[in-house]
Amino acid sequence: MSENKGEIKKMMIILSKATLENVYAAFVLANGARMEGIDSEIFFTFFGLEAVHKKKNANLHIATVGNPAMHIPTMVGGLPGMEALATTMMKKEMAKIDMPEVPEFLEILSDSGVRMWACKLAMDMFHYKKEDLFEGVEEVITVGDFYKKSEGEGVHMLFI
Amino acid sequence: MEKVIAGKTIHVNEEGFMTDFKEWDNTIGEALAAENEISLSPRHWEVLGYLQTEFKNEVPLSIRKIGKSGVVDIKEFYQLFPKAPLKTATKIAGIPKPASCI
Repeated sequence: MSENKGEIKKMMIILSKATLENVYAAFVLANGARMEGIDSEIFFTFFGLEAVHKKKNANLHIATVGNPAMHIPTMVGGLPGMEALATTMMKKEMAKIDMPEVPEFLEILSDSGVRMWACKLAMDMFHYKKEDLFEGVEEVITVGDFYKKSEGEGVHMLFI
Repeated sequence: MEKVIAGKTIHVNEEGFMTDFKEWDNTIGEALAAENEISLSPRHWEVLGYLQTEFKNEVPLSIRKIGKSGVVDIKEFYQLFPKAPLKTATKIAGIPKPASCI
């Protein structure tokens, strides 16, 4: 931390999940960095790709099972329609605090200069094509490429 | 704390944000911009005027709201005030730093 007095120059965020709460966490952190004058980039991998998949990203859900903080019993959380219900409720709260929906948030990130990358391995696994993804995603890259982009002083990496 | 800028004394907090908007005027705005390595164009002034109006109307500011303002889009906002645009622009405008995360 002695280097540059620990100043953060760039955030490299890896998003590997597409549950709404994780996607928002990644987006708020990436956007918040730009707002502070810190560079930020997001690497979308595995299920995280759904957050930039044009046909899927408007309908992401929060997880009601395996999420104790939801305070819904696991058996109930697994009932049909529970995820949709919880998601609707959460989206209402998010609208109140002026939180944009995922597709609009992506536009904000892109306009704010957040650079976005898609993981090649995951793209191949899900049979996604570059055209399926939000236009702000610059390129499909390998893990090695991502590490190369992460070189430099004051770069921090975050896995979500 | 007090700070002398453009020949006038203003009150600022520890981050350099003015604490009394009534002390602000255009020459102070120019000087604050210069401190942030920005020379103000007519476009800058339009955006600063918008921010001050929102402040006077007690509307909380966020990047998203600015994008929807019709005054400036997010891309241009970042071009006009590179590096932390909302912070820099509000500082130059003499209004408090927005407490927004988005």
